[in-house]
Amino acid sequence: MSLEVNGVEHSAEVEPRQLLVYFLRENLALTGTNVGCDTTSCGACTVLMDGRSVKSCTVLTVQADGAEVQTIEGLADDGKMHPLQDAFHTEHGLQCGYCTPGMIMAALGLIQEGGDLTEKDIRLGLEGNLCRCTGYHNIVKAIQSAADEMRSPASA
Amino acid sequence: MDIYRPASWSEALEVKRGAPESVPLAGGTDLMVDLNFGRARPQALLDLTRLAELAGWDRDNGRVRIGAGVTFTTLIAELAPELPGLAIASRTVGSPQIRNRATLGGNLGTASPAGDALPPLLAAGAEVEVASAARSRRIPLEDFFIAPKVTALEGGELIAAIVVPVADGPQQYSKIGTRNAMVIATVSFALALHPGRRRVGTGIGSAAPRPLRATEAEDFIGGVLAEHDLWSSGAPIPEPASARFGELVAAAAQPIDDVRGTVAYRRHALAVLARRTLAWAWSDYRSAA
Ligand SMILES: Cc1cc2nc3c(=O)[nH]c(=O)nc-3n(C[C@H](O)[C@H](O)[C@H](O)COP(=O)(O)OP(=O)(O)OC[C@H]3O[C@@H](n4cnc5c(N)ncnc54)[C@H](O)[C@@H]3O)c2cc1C
Ligand code: FES
Ligand code: FES
Repeated sequence: MSLEVNGVEHSAEVEPRQLLVYFLRENLALTGTNVGCDTTSCGACTVLMDGRSVKSCTVLTVQADGAEVQTIEGLADDGKMHPLQDAFHTEHGLQCGYCTPGMIMAALGLIQEGGDLTEKDIRLGLEGNLCRCTGYHNIVKAIQSAADEMRSPASA
Repeated sequence: MDIYRPASWSEALEVKRGAPESVPLAGGTDLMVDLNFGRARPQALLDLTRLAELAGWDRDNGRVRIGAGVTFTTLIAELAPELPGLAIASRTVGSPQIRNRATLGGNLGTASPAGDALPPLLAAGAEVEVASAARSRRIPLEDFFIAPKVTALEGGELIAAIVVPVADGPQQYSKIGTRNAMVIATVSFALALHPGRRRVGTGIGSAAPRPLRATEAEDFIGGVLAEHDLWSSGAPIPEPASARFGELVAAAAQPIDDVRGTVAYRRHALAVLARRTLAWAWSDYRSAA
């Protein structure tokens, strides 16, 4: 099977029951994508598959055959932080940071979907992502500020 | 564990014929949780996610035929005008990550009484198209569910599509309680007005071992609307009639006696949902008339 991860093509022989998240972490050493539960409830493992957010603990690697996968490692551009990464930093959107890669990838999925992003829309859009530390308030603020920047004509 | 990854629908049906014990895998949002949690240990999986035949929908002759592999995200984005009740219910499913993967066929395959797609499909009068390598047949949705995780599928059969009449009147869906992968605590109710056939369709979720229609309630309220010719006049539904409708919906439920108090609570909640969705839908009907 072969798939594209962060713009790089990979071909591999994998165990039929390997989960995509372990392919990313173990085969490709992309350890930014975390695993926080075994019940598909925490969202720490969120990545984009063909542009849509999915929980990579619930997808078999073989099911990603032919797909384009984007992980947190694919966001920074030539050492320059992505607007979402910047905003999580400046708005204090993280404490321990465990949930952050999943939050950022879920947020990127929301922003790319193109819908409205009021505070309520963002909170609903993050229903699949749990954070034990921050109480979500700063996460929502960070996503709003990044979305404003990404959607403003200047950055287009 | 083996995994079969057929490239076409006919190949999938051949695999299923040769390996009837293989378990179909669509979005995996039910099945992968069971696997990761050690609750399911299938010998073989039959991955359906590559099949273009299951991934689309089309409209023909007043009906929409939705491939079993269509996701909730697609239902919301593309089918709200044709199937408003199903679209409302789809918006309540999980989170974006779940809706991007979870399929309509998987919601039927799991056959949970809490499946959110099921009440609106029952209210709309949906049928399930199932197929094996040998033949294809259609089953009314209400006959498809037998018990949690048990359906009318026979050995070698897969769900091909769900066929639903296009809405000819307002549709509503409402649920109480929260649902996540571990906890199911909802009662839900769907209602569809069918002015063309002068009928009212219903679907009840989470209040019996399988999703159900409240047929007595449907006949009763259909009779009231016909008797007073309310379909033509658009006059309000008399309060005692909508109260009676709520009682009949509640009576149709067979709540599982899991936790003390839930049975009475679920019946009460259902009556409230039934009256409320009827009022919403009727007011939509009157303002459209
Ligand atoms: C965090 C979380 C939240 C959730 N929230 C909700 C919710 O709010 N409402 C809700 O209704 N559900 C919810 N679910 C459950 C699940 O997302 C749905 O039931 C979904 O529709 C399952 O679809 P799937 O494609 O992922 O199915 P899978 O997991 O791939 O399969 C489910 C079952 O259907 C069978 N199957 C799949 N396709 C076929 C086919 N074509 N023919 C025959 N059998 C088939 C499989 O063998 C399996 O038994 C949630 C799940 C999670 C993990
Ligand atoms: S690891 Fe928790 S949702 Fe994937
Ligand atoms: S910052 Fe610790 S879990 Fe979110």
